[in-house]
This record gives sequence, structure tokens and C-alpha cells, in this order.
Amino acid sequence: MSPLLQIKGVSKSFGGFAALSAVSLDVARGERFGLIGPNGSGKTTLINCVSGSARNEQGAIVFDGEDVTRLPAYQRTRRGIARSFQIPRPFRSMTVLENLVVPLEYVAHRGSLHTGEVEKEALEILEKIGLAGKAQASSSKLSQVELRKLELARAMAARPRLLISDEAMAGLSGSEVEEVLKILFELNETGITIIMIEHIMQAVMRFSQRVVCLDAGRIICEGTPASIVKDPQVRNAYLGA
Amino acid sequence: MNEYYFFAGYVVLQFVVLATAWNILGGYAGYVNFGTGAFFGIGAYTAVLLIKATGAPLGVQILAAASVGGMLGFGVGLLTLRLRGIFFSIATVAVAIILETVILNWRYVGGATGVQILRPAPTWPFDSYITMLFTVGLALAVLAVLIARYIETSWLGRGLRAIRDNEEAAECAGVPTLRLKLMACAVSGALMSAAGAPLAMYQSFVEPVSSFSLNYSVSALAMPLIGGTSHWIGPVLGALLLGIVQQVVTVTISSELNVLVVGVLLVVFVVAAPDGIVGLYRKIFPKREKE
Repeated sequence: MSPLLQIKGVSKSFGGFAALSAVSLDVARGERFGLIGPNGSGKTTLINCVSGSARNEQGAIVFDGEDVTRLPAYQRTRRGIARSFQIPRPFRSMTVLENLVVPLEYVAHRGSLHTGEVEKEALEILEKIGLAGKAQASSSKLSQVELRKLELARAMAARPRLLISDEAMAGLSGSEVEEVLKILFELNETGITIIMIEHIMQAVMRFSQRVVCLDAGRIICEGTPASIVKDPQVRNAYLGA
Repeated sequence: MNEYYFFAGYVVLQFVVLATAWNILGGYAGYVNFGTGAFFGIGAYTAVLLIKATGAPLGVQILAAASVGGMLGFGVGLLTLRLRGIFFSIATVAVAIILETVILNWRYVGGATGVQILRPAPTWPFDSYITMLFTVGLALAVLAVLIARYIETSWLGRGLRAIRDNEEAAECAGVPTLRLKLMACAVSGALMSAAGAPLAMYQSFVEPVSSFSLNYSVSALAMPLIGGTSHWIGPVLGALLLGIVQQVVTVTISSELNVLVVGVLLVVFVVAAPDGIVGLYRKIFPKREKE
């Protein structure tokens, strides 16, 4: 079967700074894929190019056999690419529930107008992720861990086939990391492909089936979690000897 | 009843339309339009052009003005809505200046000296033109509020609010941000121009400087801010409050002073009630949050 996501020679620069240089990688259907690398290595830029928040100057992004390089972000979301943001970006003027109604209305239930049904589905997602109790609360009044969960919940509401989790666990406590990991494992079991960007090595190593390490906009190593931690280049660039 | 009340009431209604129209883009989507005067003025001059060229009746003038305003909104949106925040606002000011300059130099519609319009006889069942205009203004205000209310409570309004809260996150949640902003800008522009169309008949005289006046832009922005931008009733309350106070001040004190009233009220509200009358009401009577 063809890979779900193909990144083919993607380059992106900001002025004279090359954030990504000819990055190529494939993500298989149903895979749990880890993306690591030091700060500024291009991880977020790469997923911005995949989600459509940024445009790559060279190369192509192919999703499920279709070239989506020129598509705006909302079109990619409708095709099944959803993401969470590293710094949570809730719709602050809305309740937690309404935050999920937006992608439900604009992606999953486009054209149908049963608000009751949409809200029921939003509530189901919130229950799954453990935010149901806050459904009617304003999203501007959530704690850090709740905001991270809301990011994931909103991404899930777009009914993705590929979910990109950008540092969903940064700054969370040990038990909170476990909670988020459990949610991601459960999502993966339902058939959703997941790309995890994470600095918490213990989490990313446990979660991923395959890991790629970026440094200065290039892939320096690719392999199983076990082989990655032994790689001398990765140790040198990221993990520290 | 004294005709003066209809005469003054019409102005208040006109501001209800302008404030409501402004709020569709400025309040819901958070794109501050400083060019209300451009849309209002182009609406007035669409009517002037029709009167001079064909003698079309008021209803046709309003419809034509709305179409021109809608197209102008769409065009301006296409050129400027890729800009965010303050850049969009500045671009809308530029549009107002450009359009005013064009009209100033267009002889056929009167140029800088303006143009006299002869009011036709009022249409049945009205016996005075002012009461007829007042009724038309009322209908426009009701229509504008209905449209704004529909947008606010539907998926469109949720999409616009998502754009205001965080445009990138909205796009990643599947919201076609540019398309939605264009829609809001076109609807908003159409309503503003429709509000401007009856000006020719109302004043019996139209000239460019006062038709494209910055006063309209400032009032259309101040009224929703004073009333509250998050709910359709906000611009209505703001327009009624500010519009009536302005009319009273014009009659009792001086017509120069009413501009000062806008400024003072705006400062008071921005400091004391940043979410307007609606926000104040919600603060005093909070909805209980279900926990």
C-alpha cells in the first residue's frame, strides 16, 4: 500500500536562513511516527508545510496519493490532515464545546445543519479526551493541561486520518504526560496515523514505531527508537553524549 | 406628529444600519474597517447617478447601491483582506480617499460643488416624503439586523469568530478564512451602501466631502464598540444611544458639539466598559456556567 504521507524534497527558507533543506520522508498508514531534534531544527516548520500553515518553496507534499502542495490549509484539513499547535490557540471567545463545533461544522458535517447532532458529537469527543466536565466553560479559563487536551480534541473533531501533535506534552507533569499518551495510543488504535513532535524522550520513544531526527533542516537519522538513541550523530546533535 | 421627529429618527436609523453592517466584519471577524464613509458615499452617489441618468425610483436606487457596495466590498476585500490587523484598516482609509477624489472630479454627478436633487411626490400610502424615508430607513435597519443576526447565530458567525480569535487555528480547523472574510466584507459593504442611497432624497442635495465624511467611519466604529460587538443588539443599542444623544445635542446646544459627544462617549466606554453595553449587562447579570 502506498504511504499516507509523502514529503518529497521539501525546502523552506526564511530570508537567508534555510529552515529545511530537501527533506524527504514517508509516513505509512496507521503508523506512529516520532519527529525529534533540537530547538530550531525545523520540526515545526516541516509540519507547518504539511498542514499548509506555511508554503514550501521546493518539493512536494503528497497526501493519500494526491499532491496537496498548493492547497490552502483548510482544504488539507478537509482531506484529513489535522494538527495541534505547540502553543495552544483556543478560540478564546467560545466555550470548550463550541471550539469543537467549528471543525465539526466546517469539515465533518459540512452542508448539514443539525446543531444538536453536531454538539452531541463534540461532547463525545470531549468525553473521550476527559474534558466533558468543562464543555460549557469558556476556553479562556482553562489550565495548561486542559488547553493541550483542547488542542487535541479540536484536531480530532476534524476527523483526521493524519494527526500531527506538536509538543502536546511540553510542560506537563508525569501523570499528565501519561494521560495524553494514552489518548494518542487510543486514537492510533482507531486507525489514525499520528506524527508526534516531542522533546520528552521517554514519551516519544515509547510511543513511536519509527523516529526521524532533524538537525539544522536535514534528516540526520531515521530508525526504530532503540536504534536512534544509539546513533552517534543523534547523541551529538540532540541527546548529548 | 411633528415631522422633525421623523427627520431626526431617519438619521438614527441610518446609523443603526451602518453600525450593524460595520459589526459584521469588524465585530465578528475582528477586521476593523475605517472606510465606512467610502461605502456610504458610493451608495449615495449610485443613487445620484441613477436619478440623473434614468430617474429610477427610490427602491431601485437602494438595490443598485447595495449591489455596487457589495461588489466594492468584494473587490476591496480581495485586494486587502490578505493583510491583517492595522494594515487592512489603513487600506480601507485609502479606498475612501480614492473614491472621494474620483467623485470630486466627476462633473456629471456634480463634482466638488455637489448636485441638487428634486424630490418627487411621495408614493402612496405616504403623504410626506420624510415619513416615507423614515419607513424605508426602518425597513433597512430591520433587514440589516436580521442579516447580522442570521450570520451571528449560524456556522458563518462561528467561523468569523474563529478567525477573530486565531486565524491560523481557524484555517487548520477547516474554516476557509479568505472566503469567509470576503463574504463578510461584501455583505457589510452592501448594507453600508444601501444606507447611503436615500441620502440624496433625504437632503435634496449631495456633495462629496460630507458624503464620504470620516464622521460616518468613526460613528460606525464607535457605535458597536459602545454597544458591544459580540451580539447583534450591541450595534443597535450603540447607534440608538449615540444617534439620539447626537440629535439632541445638535438641536439644544450646537451641531459642532455632536462630534465631541462621540469622542467622549467612546473614551468613557473604552475605559469603563471595554465590552460595551452588552458586556456591562453580562457582568451584572452573569449567565451561570454549568460545571
